[in-house]
Amino acid sequence: MNAAFLYALVGVGLFFLGLYALIVHTHLLRKILALNVMGSGVFLVLVALAKRTGNATPDPVPHAMVITGIVVAVSATALALTLMVRVAAETGRAELPDEERE
Amino acid sequence: MGRHRWLLFLLMLALTIGLACAILSLPDHMEGLQKVVANKMEVSGVSHPVTAVLLNFRGYDTLLEMVVLLLALLGVWSLGGPRPRSEIAPGPVLDCLARLLAPVFILVSAYLLWVGAHAPGGAFQAGSVLGAAGVLLLLAGWRLRFSLAQLPLRLVLIAGSAAFVAMAALTLFGAGRLLEYPPAQAGILILILETVATVSIGVTLAALFLGAPPEQKEKQ
Repeated sequence: MNAAFLYALVGVGLFFLGLYALIVHTHLLRKILALNVMGSGVFLVLVALAKRTGNATPDPVPHAMVITGIVVAVSATALALTLMVRVAAETGRAELPDEERE
Repeated sequence: MGRHRWLLFLLMLALTIGLACAILSLPDHMEGLQKVVANKMEVSGVSHPVTAVLLNFRGYDTLLEMVVLLLALLGVWSLGGPRPRSEIAPGPVLDCLARLLAPVFILVSAYLLWVGAHAPGGAFQAGSVLGAAGVLLLLAGWRLRFSLAQLPLRLVLIAGSAAFVAMAALTLFGAGRLLEYPPAQAGILILILETVATVSIGVTLAALFLGAPPEQKEKQ
């Protein structure tokens, strides 16, 4: 057990923190933020576990994947925000309809 | 909702513990692909392993990623853009700051692009800095000239993906392998790809920030 696992566990915590927030909150902006927190958790796990090589240089392949993932996350967030703005413009509020509460 | 929330909380806790146990059960030391990459570094054309993986060994990842960026932008544009926001003149501080910082951002971006060959850096970092420069300029009220906002802008937006696809086709028909550069020219080919990709990524990110197709007006 080394420091890499500590960071990986924090990543797992972030992921489920985000998942919890994603389910609990109804506002779409909070859902988008929650998805980003989840993504950050996944990136942290990948980067941390790549450090288990036992020397100074980590495994570069997960690092390259994380860079790819960050860019995809940014563009997906931009698309999600645009969708949210559109939903807000159409329905007057940035929430998905909740059948139970209506 | 109150009782359900507790159930959900317990479920999340159980899942967290489960995944944490799974991670803790992984071996302490794991070579991974570090040795494989290190052995192939001489033929990669660059000396930084992450850049070598991104642009050479797993170049198709980066190709598809450029396409994802483009798709996201197409999605944003096809949603019709945000409601017209009021154009407020920026304060003098923001105006001056944008003027001072934009050239610095461009310089930093070029540096990151160049340094990516042998140190942390590369097309995505450089593109993000360039995108940040574009966002700052957009916030300061700067808009692209209308004549540039049509075809030239679109050409720049697809340049990254187009360069990657062209390179993939060249290597596929030239050497028989997708994105496998000849070792002697790998360095310069990667630099060309990265340069085009940087500009494309920067412009795409700034266009994503603006969120509207350039009929209204557009970015650098």
